[in-house]
Amino acid sequence: MADKDVVFRVKRYRPERDVEPHYQDYRIPYTDDMVVLDGLNYIKDNVDPTLTYRWSCRMGICGSCGASINGTPRLTCETFIKEVRGRTVVVDPMPNFPILKDLVVDFDDFLRKLHEVRPFIDRKEEKPLAEGEYIQFPEEIEAYRQQSMCINCMLCYAACPVFGASEHFIGPAASALAYRYIRDSRDEGADARLDVLSTKTGIWECTFVGECSVVCPKDVDPAGAIQNLKVLASIRQMRQLLMPKWTRR
Amino acid sequence: MDRSTFDIVVVGGGAAGLRAAIAAVETDPSIRVGVVSKVYPMRSHTVSAEGGTAAVLKDYDNFDLHAFDTIKGSDYLADQDAVEFFVRKCPEEIIRLEHWGCPWSRDPDGRIAQRAFGGMSVKRTVFAADKVGFHILHTLFQTTMKYDRIERLDEWFVTSIILEGSAVAGVVAMDLKRGELARIGAKAVILATGGCGRVYEFTTNGFIKTGDGMALAYRAGVALKDMEFVQFHPTALPGTGILITEAARGEGGYLINKDGERFLKRYVPEKMELGPRDILSRSIMSEIREGRSFKGPYGDYVGLDLRHLGEETIEKKLPMVRELAEKYVGIDPVHELIPVRPGQHYIMGGVATNMKGETSVPGLYAVGETACVSINGANRLGSNSLSECLVFGTSTGEAAAAYAQKNRWPTGGPAREALAVEEKRIFDGLLGKDGGPETVAGLRVEMQQLMERRVGIYRDEAGLQEAAVQVGKQRVRFADIRVGDKDRVFNTELTAVLELDFMLDVAATIAHAALARQESRGAHSRTDFPTRDDGRFLTHSLVSRTDGAPRIDYAPVAITRWQPAARVY
Repeated sequence: MADKDVVFRVKRYRPERDVEPHYQDYRIPYTDDMVVLDGLNYIKDNVDPTLTYRWSCRMGICGSCGASINGTPRLTCETFIKEVRGRTVVVDPMPNFPILKDLVVDFDDFLRKLHEVRPFIDRKEEKPLAEGEYIQFPEEIEAYRQQSMCINCMLCYAACPVFGASEHFIGPAASALAYRYIRDSRDEGADARLDVLSTKTGIWECTFVGECSVVCPKDVDPAGAIQNLKVLASIRQMRQLLMPKWTRR
Repeated sequence: MDRSTFDIVVVGGGAAGLRAAIAAVETDPSIRVGVVSKVYPMRSHTVSAEGGTAAVLKDYDNFDLHAFDTIKGSDYLADQDAVEFFVRKCPEEIIRLEHWGCPWSRDPDGRIAQRAFGGMSVKRTVFAADKVGFHILHTLFQTTMKYDRIERLDEWFVTSIILEGSAVAGVVAMDLKRGELARIGAKAVILATGGCGRVYEFTTNGFIKTGDGMALAYRAGVALKDMEFVQFHPTALPGTGILITEAARGEGGYLINKDGERFLKRYVPEKMELGPRDILSRSIMSEIREGRSFKGPYGDYVGLDLRHLGEETIEKKLPMVRELAEKYVGIDPVHELIPVRPGQHYIMGGVATNMKGETSVPGLYAVGETACVSINGANRLGSNSLSECLVFGTSTGEAAAAYAQKNRWPTGGPAREALAVEEKRIFDGLLGKDGGPETVAGLRVEMQQLMERRVGIYRDEAGLQEAAVQVGKQRVRFADIRVGDKDRVFNTELTAVLELDFMLDVAATIAHAALARQESRGAHSRTDFPTRDDGRFLTHSLVSRTDGAPRIDYAPVAITRWQPAARVY
């Protein structure tokens, strides 16, 4: 069925033999229903088994296969080759992360940041199981539903100029997930999270470029979440300044 | 290298593994658990589960009904004591997930909502829109961050299980980032690596589902149970195999043929679209055989019709179905039919365990799709597998913790030997030698096509014989495999070779068990033995590794209150 071909220009870096990353071109046949991941798999299986990248679900939910495609961070499993502008599909590893090998980048740093924002229901007292579920009305779920859709694909970090300039910035996804738990009616951990988020590497670093929300494949809107967190953090700080200590909860 | 020691090593970071890890540290807060996963845990294939997870929560439902539905769905091969334990434990797992933040969809009164699912006689399936696996996985993963005693070794690939005497002493694993093998000592090891869908060519499963845990246990001397029972989901997208959830039918969707007819009236008139998966998949194949299907570039298919549900229901309850159909087939299910055909989805069989996840090797446990307890028998009902991961994840984590409390640390001697063996096999052998003419991609696709053609929805003696012989030949050819990437760091060609090595073992067990079972039961459908034969085969198969062909033994099915009866829907 393949009656067309296309050039994949893929950034290669093999730490055991390369001093610098460099591009390698592969000309491959393609059909209109192929995504960029299919092209990478074609190369790996038929042309060059050394090409290295991550993937698993190939349906846009596991978050493994992010890369920069012609300059934009995207999931390779949902970017169709025919939609890529120009004659060449240029695939780079996601920017702003250390490259481990070819398209595989290291984002252990994100998992440390996620851990810092306490991404779990935080309560003084846990309700016994025998008392059943917490009642949560559909509109209460709506309050945090959008941010709960984050698949940790890291495209937002790849797009974020603030993170690019300072790796210490807590960043979009970790902030969005912090906001997700703060907005959850079952949670009581907002103070601890806002403490983490209000430091000099936290949300105030965000200059609201908004690129994170543009590239997000799940419409999580981390930029919006960060702006809302800034409001929550400001209100909390005002309260701390204006109110005597004993009135604070 | 000696990476570390843990009281318990959990291999795999999906729903079953993470649930077991949490249960272990909650049983004994002094226990250290290492979660060793070849991918970051949130990439685990649990993430792709869509439709829901079963539990008796409402007044209209009861445990006996859930148990009966499950047993009938299993074609009476499930162990009924295990099913009774399972159904009683499901509700508390759903509530616990809720307390941990899982965003279950709700009724207008704020309580957990439930939807209809195939083979379930009432609305019993708890859901979070149609991203249930995604939400369960991320809730569990994020909840593990509460526990300092759960440590993760992300992107570590386990290559073998270490035994001291007859008991477990840890695992040998490869740190993919460094490209080094290490021994990880442990008192107990829990295998939770999911299924083996990538043994087949057309599967809903992700690339990582290569049966690792099954092969690891098999090589450690544990039998694999009921491997001939492979589930084919009725509704996968032609070409890619991407799953379209059963919830689409649970919410009222129709399956129709090219004449616009709801053809299931000929096969499961009482249940129609809510019939069990094995029967629905065979019904679709019958329509295709009789020329009543649509023709497409990726073969024949039938239509999944959601148009009558309306945009609001689709958007609210099935957003991912719409997203997937629009993205990958270019159609909007609000206005058009979704093309679907059956694809490999799940395996009922797995590592033989009891209700505590215990195997025949002391200290070695298995849970989730990797394991076979068995509650699924010859055919699993949709939405029982996520619940299985949670219920048996808990019981297995607790059992492993109790075992670790009672038993001493391994000496480490056999671990050093095991590491040396693996370094020789993997680095000197696979990576070091020039290799022969075989490639991992070439041999893998041959195995997948063989399994698809000969060990698929319909099977017969000649085809299964051929599959058993050919898989054996592929095993021999595997020795001539050439690894082109000679680097150590993140060598995904090398891990693909190790995965193929595991899959060839698993494929052989499926083919041999299918050949030996001369009856049709649940998902195992023999055209030469078209009926169920309780006289000879109301029994679990157990496949064990030998130097030659796999050995097959049989073990009785536990029957408590439900005598085998004809399975009519």
